Amino acid sequence: MNPTVQTLLITLVILFTLLNFAGVLIWVERRVLALLQDRLGPNRAGPFGLFIIVADIIKIFTKEDWVPPFADRKLFILAPAIILFTVLLSFTVVPFAPGIVVLDLNVGLLFFLGLSSMGIYSTVLAGWASNSKYALIGGLRMSAQMFSYEVFMGLSLMGVVILAGSLNLTQIVEVQRGMWFIIPQFLGFLIFMIAGLAETHRMPFDLPEAESELVAGFHSEYSSMKFGMFFVGEYIGLTLISAMIVTLFFGGWLGPAWLPAPICFFLKTFAFILFFILLRAALPRPRYDQLLSWGWKYLLPLALINLIVTGAIVLMTGNPQPN
Amino acid sequence: MFSIIKSLWLVFLHLFRKKATIQYPEEKAYLAPRYRGRIVLSRDPDGEERCVACYLCAAACPVECISLDAAEREDGRRYPGFFRINFSRCIYCGFCEEACPTYAIQLIPDFEMGEYNRQNLVYEKEDLLIDGEGKYHGYNFYKVAGLALGNKAKGEAQNESPPVDPKSLMP
Repeated sequence: MNPTVQTLLITLVILFTLLNFAGVLIWVERRVLALLQDRLGPNRAGPFGLFIIVADIIKIFTKEDWVPPFADRKLFILAPAIILFTVLLSFTVVPFAPGIVVLDLNVGLLFFLGLSSMGIYSTVLAGWASNSKYALIGGLRMSAQMFSYEVFMGLSLMGVVILAGSLNLTQIVEVQRGMWFIIPQFLGFLIFMIAGLAETHRMPFDLPEAESELVAGFHSEYSSMKFGMFFVGEYIGLTLISAMIVTLFFGGWLGPAWLPAPICFFLKTFAFILFFILLRAALPRPRYDQLLSWGWKYLLPLALINLIVTGAIVLMTGNPQPN
Repeated sequence: MFSIIKSLWLVFLHLFRKKATIQYPEEKAYLAPRYRGRIVLSRDPDGEERCVACYLCAAACPVECISLDAAEREDGRRYPGFFRINFSRCIYCGFCEEACPTYAIQLIPDFEMGEYNRQNLVYEKEDLLIDGEGKYHGYNFYKVAGLALGNKAKGEAQNESPPVDPKSLMP
């Protein structure tokens, strides 16, 4: 097949799967969260309540699309587009299976880190452009949270990079054929998971949108599909972090031989999504200063120690994966 | 740190707990016998209407949803000519039941009164009147009420029956 056509096809399939998956996640999260809280969740519309997704989408599309008169109109409209754009673009470097990757970049990991930093613009600009108190506080919190957690999010991955000797995600997965990086890089995994959670501003770290203090935080002023884009962006971001954890620490598509590679990848990713939903159900939101001091006082030193120890061991034993 | 892992595990175990949800149209919640729901007008053990059209319920009603008109039978017993409750206004406070001297008006454990047309929420006497005695069995206002006058004790006059001793547990 023509390589251009093939890439286009893969892109379309991945886009289609992702956007639909984000929709299904709305239902998954509501059902699982309900089950964890001794409820049943939406189970009326359609089989297992699956049609709630359709109802949600219809609702969100028929709402009035309103830009507040006091808002900075251009940035206000731009902000929700950024989050969807960066998150979807990050998926171009994620290897779903051997050969099924849109862009096999040799700096894939850096590309992912860079785009996740770009994603902050979305929330910060949304908070700024809304021109209202709560939105601005949410946006500010987001920027502070990101600046502190971004630092060791990158650092925690350097151990993986040292062990794999490459920034290419496909290669990182291939190197894990012998042993998944979860074993030598357990600390790195923990730190990356916490940082990734903060990055997606999911439940335990949802300070930018803390609804009990800030109405809805940075997207207080958003309605209709602009709000929907934040929503979908958050779910795809959740998928992205899960996919990255699986790629970097849990051997990506590697698994038992009888399981097709993409399905193996999907199952691992889904397990992590379910784990994140469990986190949301179980853990309270930390206070803002606790979150920041936690990051700077514990996680950053831990990430540095992890990096130094990994580097020292690799130096002593010689390059484990000659490249 | 340990407490975080412990709470994660405990919340995870809740996946397998029995769910608290009652799936309403199929399953119904238990309603206590004294639940304050739909209002009915009850009859005494002889099958006569208990209501004596004293207007106390209408006076007690904080939202003015009860309206009635007194009428009188040939034997002098009062009854409501019409009795109308507007359930779209009713707040189910139960004050009418507390005010009623004859236990005629009662709130029963039934709340499924939804209507598509608001006018249908106005209940007339034939909708309200039930055949039974409701929550208070064997109670007949005319058997416990009355006054002793002059030489006659309570219940000894013409067309009166001796009053029931309300403090006795025997029937």
